[in-house]
Amino acid sequence: MITESGHFAMILAFCVALLQSTLPLYGAQRERQAFIDMAVPAAKLQFILLLWAFAVLTVKFVQSDFSLWLVTANSHADKPFIYRLTGVWGNHEGSMLLWILMLAAYGAGIAQFGKSMPAALKARVLGVQGIIGVLFLAFSLFTSNPFSRLISPPFEGSGLNPILQDPALAVHPPLLYAGYVGFSLAFSFSVAALMSGKISPDWAKWVRPWTLLAWLSLTLGIAVGSFWAYYELGWGGFWFWDPVENASFMPWLAGTALLHSALVTARRNTLHSWTMLLAILTFALCIAGTFLVRSGVLTSVHAFATDPTRGVFILMVLGVLVGGALLLFAMRAAGLSSADKNVPFHPVSREGALILNNVFLASATATVFLGTIYPLVIDAFGLGKISVGAPYYNAVFVPLITPLLLLMPIGPLSNWGRSDVSPVIKKLAAAGVLAILGGLTVLVMTSEHQGGAALGVGLSMWLMLGALVDLSKKIRFDTTPLAQLPKKLIKLPLQQWGSILAHGGLGVMILGIIGTTAWRSEVVQAVTPGAEMDISGYAVTFEGETSVAGENYTAEQGVFSIKRGGQKIAELKPEKRFYTVERQSTTEAAILKNLAGHLYIVIADETVSDGVVSRVVRIWYHPLVAFIWIGGLIMALGGVAALTRREAQLISDKTN
Amino acid sequence: MIWPNDMVVHLMTLKAISQKAIFLILACWLLSLPAFAISPGEAFDDDKLEARARALSMELRCMVCQNQSIDDSDAPLAADLRRLLREQIKAGKSDDEILDFIEDRYGEFALLKPRFDIKNAPLWALPFLLVIIGIFFMRSFFRNAPKIKQD
Repeated sequence: MITESGHFAMILAFCVALLQSTLPLYGAQRERQAFIDMAVPAAKLQFILLLWAFAVLTVKFVQSDFSLWLVTANSHADKPFIYRLTGVWGNHEGSMLLWILMLAAYGAGIAQFGKSMPAALKARVLGVQGIIGVLFLAFSLFTSNPFSRLISPPFEGSGLNPILQDPALAVHPPLLYAGYVGFSLAFSFSVAALMSGKISPDWAKWVRPWTLLAWLSLTLGIAVGSFWAYYELGWGGFWFWDPVENASFMPWLAGTALLHSALVTARRNTLHSWTMLLAILTFALCIAGTFLVRSGVLTSVHAFATDPTRGVFILMVLGVLVGGALLLFAMRAAGLSSADKNVPFHPVSREGALILNNVFLASATATVFLGTIYPLVIDAFGLGKISVGAPYYNAVFVPLITPLLLLMPIGPLSNWGRSDVSPVIKKLAAAGVLAILGGLTVLVMTSEHQGGAALGVGLSMWLMLGALVDLSKKIRFDTTPLAQLPKKLIKLPLQQWGSILAHGGLGVMILGIIGTTAWRSEVVQAVTPGAEMDISGYAVTFEGETSVAGENYTAEQGVFSIKRGGQKIAELKPEKRFYTVERQSTTEAAILKNLAGHLYIVIADETVSDGVVSRVVRIWYHPLVAFIWIGGLIMALGGVAALTRREAQLISDKTN
Repeated sequence: MIWPNDMVVHLMTLKAISQKAIFLILACWLLSLPAFAISPGEAFDDDKLEARARALSMELRCMVCQNQSIDDSDAPLAADLRRLLREQIKAGKSDDEILDFIEDRYGEFALLKPRFDIKNAPLWALPFLLVIIGIFFMRSFFRNAPKIKQD
């Protein structure tokens, strides 16, 4: 019964979405107040209905109700509680429902918090959200219904893929979806403006907070996913340029560009058409990502991974939404942005830097897209099969992104309207000199004179020092007496920390990336108990192994004692787990973590040579690797800080 | 179909009812890489040669895996390729000769970094072309905008 109520709520939500996607739009166009007024309650009702559906599915997963096909296929009664819970989105159907729930949540958010918006604009935005809702609810109900029943329920389910039974993977999808779906609002705002044929000066001001929210969720989601890949896959990499990762990276790049162009639009009341186009494309990339991951197009070598129906459906959704939006854009954008031309512009200015930022970020987005689909295109034209992997991206991305990174500290220090070059140079001179010195030091000190690492360290220092210069400008460091500084720091409005943290965080992240890619060391050895291995100043002794059992797995556990300078400092216990229900094995790395670097141990199979059984052990030392995710976290915090910017402040910014 | 890990196939029959695109993509991608690539005894004693071998392995695709280099993969085929690569290095061939040799044998699919040739021209040129086009547009945008008054 309860299951059916969830299913029914989803169908009702579909009906509500149908109304929400038509009547308010009609009302806004024809100025019928009664229809306009329907938007807000419809959006809220849709959210409540989907919340109920999601809650029902969650309860069923927790109860292990195997009369639901989805629960049978993806859960198991012996699974720890937390993974029975997160198993809801550990599969295609459930994650789609979460996607839709979040879409409705954003809609309800606009309905609830967008009080200062004109009713007609709000009705249009919610109407467009309704259209997206209709399409995805139809997708869910007709091709991937989470509430399908089994006629004869089995006694036990088949479990959840063990590599997904992990805390990081429990939070990774919701964060990622909050990001993807969040960009739907930027899309809806753009389409709403195009539909109405006019754009309010406050338009960008309403778009930006939601875009920030989406951006920071996506940033966190990608960071968590990368951290998970790092420790769970057991080979110490953090980013593989895999199509699935690219699917999340493209909207991130485009969304970052959008944040910056929306800043120009909000502040200077220009660049509307570009910001709208970017908003449409960012959300298009979010849907395309969903399509790429779920349709099997990119993994056509795997016969079983394809599901053409779903793929075609999402492709149709993409066509309808993005095609429609772009058509509207082509018809209306020129008329809308006629006001743009009257805004005086000077290339050497904050907006000049922001637009240049957009040139590079848009090109970077296109590059990832190109690399992801190029093999498909070549294949489709019968020109053969090629691979586009990490070496391509490394070769193209470094020259493409370096100018952007060089620009990053300069942007926040230049003035709106027109900026003089010399004061900016003066402010950044010390940072520049230090960064160059840092890079040169790396070049001289490293054994092979690693140019790439030198460039990376230089850029990282440039960004971090640039962020400090940004901060010192904001607290007026040079004119404030020393005693007043702490007070100034505390008094600095939170939103001012946005660019400092986001830009500085990227510098921190680059430091981590360079550390682990340039200076990683590795030992691979087949060992018997008592063997000692030396790596980067650590002495690692293999003490032996034991068998252990977890809640739903058994494992062989290696015991390693770690000494540094003759002193025992830690014991690491990597495992090779066997999940009994799923009949799959995983490797669990053991990592000794500190800021200077991670000592990372995994164990593999046993080998036998000359009758002696030994264990294959792989040990890495990843210098500075933690800074990758610390940097990501700092960047997301920058997003949180920027989010505190109140609408009122933006208006007063504009007038002064 | 050759699989690095026959468990994947085994799994397929076992979990036949739960074949859902995303997680199987993930599953097979991940199952093909349980941790181990280069095994003990494979490596050269000479550090310089070994560094070359590692750098080259990172540019070669494990043909049976999902977007993985032979440096990262523990598939038997990847191990074969690594051995082949080291034999070639031992025979004194240059990096380019080795890449050519492998391309002749396995096709361009084996190279993770596509060749600079006419077929791949868009792939290599477009990113930088886009920047140039972008800057060009930006210039025209600034040129058309009314000039800001000098204070």
